[in-house]
Amino acid sequence: MDELFVKAYVDESEKEHIARPNLTALQDGWLRLKKNKAAVVCLFTLIAIGLLAILAPEFSRYSYKETNYDIIYQIPSMEHFFGTDQFGRDLWVRTWMGTRISLLIAFVAALLDLTLGVTYGAVSALAGGKVDAVMQRIIEVLVGIPHLIIVILLMMVMPAGIWTIVVALSITGWVNMARLVRGSILKLKNQEFVLAARVLGTSTAGIIWKHLIPNTVGVIVINAMFTIPSAIFTEAFLSFIGIGMQEPKASLGVLINNGYQVLRNFPHVLIFPAIVIVLIMVCFSILGDGLRDALDPRMRK
Amino acid sequence: MKSAENKPLLEVKNLKKYFQVGKNQILKAVDDVSLDIYKGETLGLVGESGCGKSTFGRTVIQLYEPTDGRIVYDGREINGSLPSAERHGFTRKMQMIFQDPYACLNPRMKVIDIVAEGIDAHGILSGEERTKKVLELLETVGLSEEHANRFPHEFSGGQRQRVGIARALAVNPEFVICDEPISALDVSIQAQVINLLKELQEKRGLTYLFIAHDLSMVKHISDRIGVMYLGAMVELADSESLFEAPLHPYTQALLSAIPIPDPDVEKSRSRIMLEGSLPNPVNLKEGCRFASRCPYAEQLCKEKTPEMKEVRPGHFAACHKAM
Repeated sequence: MDELFVKAYVDESEKEHIARPNLTALQDGWLRLKKNKAAVVCLFTLIAIGLLAILAPEFSRYSYKETNYDIIYQIPSMEHFFGTDQFGRDLWVRTWMGTRISLLIAFVAALLDLTLGVTYGAVSALAGGKVDAVMQRIIEVLVGIPHLIIVILLMMVMPAGIWTIVVALSITGWVNMARLVRGSILKLKNQEFVLAARVLGTSTAGIIWKHLIPNTVGVIVINAMFTIPSAIFTEAFLSFIGIGMQEPKASLGVLINNGYQVLRNFPHVLIFPAIVIVLIMVCFSILGDGLRDALDPRMRK
Repeated sequence: MKSAENKPLLEVKNLKKYFQVGKNQILKAVDDVSLDIYKGETLGLVGESGCGKSTFGRTVIQLYEPTDGRIVYDGREINGSLPSAERHGFTRKMQMIFQDPYACLNPRMKVIDIVAEGIDAHGILSGEERTKKVLELLETVGLSEEHANRFPHEFSGGQRQRVGIARALAVNPEFVICDEPISALDVSIQAQVINLLKELQEKRGLTYLFIAHDLSMVKHISDRIGVMYLGAMVELADSESLFEAPLHPYTQALLSAIPIPDPDVEKSRSRIMLEGSLPNPVNLKEGCRFASRCPYAEQLCKEKTPEMKEVRPGHFAACHKAM
C-alpha cells in the first residue's frame, strides 16, 4: 500500500497562487458579455438601429415631410424601401426619423435616471432620518399621480411635441431609480467595508464614488435598461393616441397610428415601424440583463 | 509587557452608548464602561453575542457617537468637538480589523486599491511609491505581488482577512482594534492570523484591543482581559489572574465552558450551567445585570448596581460578593 502513494511535493510559494488570469474589470466584463450571445446580438442590433436613425434620413433623396400625391400607398420597392404613406411620403425616411425621436427619449430617460434618480436616492439613503422621510413622501406623491394625467395637464400649458414628453418624463421618470438606489445604498452603508473606509478617513464623497455607487451599478444598469423601453413606449403610446408628436413630424407612435388606420389594405405602413419599436424595446431589455451579469465580478464562473 | 509606571495609551472613562430602539425604549449597548490600555499591550475583550463588545470597539474608534463618557487617546480627548482636520489625522493612529472577511472588502475594488485606501485618503504616497508600499504590505501579511490586481472574491477567507490587516497597517497605526478578526475563520487559519497579529505587534510595537468570544484564543494573545455582560464590564484582570482565579460568577461560568482538548479530562470536567437566558437588554432595571442568572444572588444584588472595584491588585470585578 505504501508504495502506491508518494508524498506530493508542495511549493510553499504556490500555496497562495490563484490560477485564473489577471484581467481588468472592463476586459472581464466584455469577456462575459461576449459569452451571452443574445446580449451581443442585441447590442449590435441597437448599434445598427442607431446608425440607421442617424444616417438614413441624411443620405436619402426624400425628406420626411415632402408629399407627393402621385405615389401614395406604394408598397416597398427599390425606390422606397418601406413604401410610402397616404401623402406619398417616403416611409424609410419617416421610420428612421421616428426612431431618432424614440432614441432621443431613451437618452433623456437614461440621463434623468442616472443623474436625478441616482443622486436623489443616494442623498436620501445617506442623509437618513427626517430628510429621508420627507424625500420619500415626495416620491410617493409623484408615484401616486398617473403619468397620463401629468402629460394631459402639461398639454394645457405647453404645445404638444417632444419637449412636453421630455418634461413629463423628468417629473416622474426617475422615481423608480431613486427608490432602488436608496434601497441598495441603505443596505450597503453599514457594510463593514464602508465602515473600514470611514475608519481609514475616506471622505464622504470618496465613500459614495468608490464604495457605494460601484456596488449599485448592477441595479442602476438594469433599471436604466428597463426605464428606456418604458419611456419609448410612453412616447409611442402618447403619439398613437394623438397627444404626443404632431404631424408632419414623425415618431414611431404617429407612424403606427397611421398604419393602423389602413392595416387591411396597406399593412406595410404599420409593419415596419412596429418591427423597429419592438426591436428597440426587446434589445434594450435583453442587453440590460446581459450587462447586469457581465458587470458583476462575482457572477463569473 | 504592561508596566505600572507606563502611561495609558487609551483611557476610556464611563463610556455609554445607548440606542433608541422604539418609543421610550432605550437599548443600553454599552453602559458605563471604563478601561485603560497601555502601550504595547493586548487587551482582550470577551463576552457572549450581543453583550456590546463590538459596539464598544466601534464607539472607541468613533464610528458611533458616544452617548456619554470620555475617550482619551495619548493624553488627548478624541470624542466630542475635535476639529475635523485633527479627526482626520487621528484615523492614522487608530485602525480596525473587521469580523467578516467577506463583508469587509469592497467586492468592486482590486486588492491594490483596497490596501491603498488609507494611503489615498491621507495622500501619503502616489504612483510608483504607492504601488511599492502596497506590495510591501502584502508581503508583510504573506501575500504576493500577483495578488495585487485581484478582486476580493478570488481569495479565501484567511487571505481576505490578511488583506484587511494589510489595509489597516497601511497608515502605520499605533493602536488596532481587532473586532473578532478570527471568529469567521477556519480553525487552521485562525492560528495563522493570530500568529501574524502577534508578529506584527512585536515588529511594530502595536497596541491591540482584541474583541473575541473564543476564550482560549483570547488567553493566548492577551495580556489583560476584560469580560463584558449585557453592556457592562464585569471583570478586568491580567489574563493569568483571570483564568486562575476568576472573581465574578459570570466569568466563572464562562471559563467553565471552555472545552479541554483531552477526552479524559473533558469527561470529568464540571460545567457551571447558568439558569435562564440572557435578559432583554432594553430598558434594564437598577441592580446587578447578572442577578437574574447568578447562583449567588441576594436581595442586595437586585437593588444596587455593583461598581467596579479592585479586589486584588490589578484585578477588578463588579460584584457585591467578590472579595
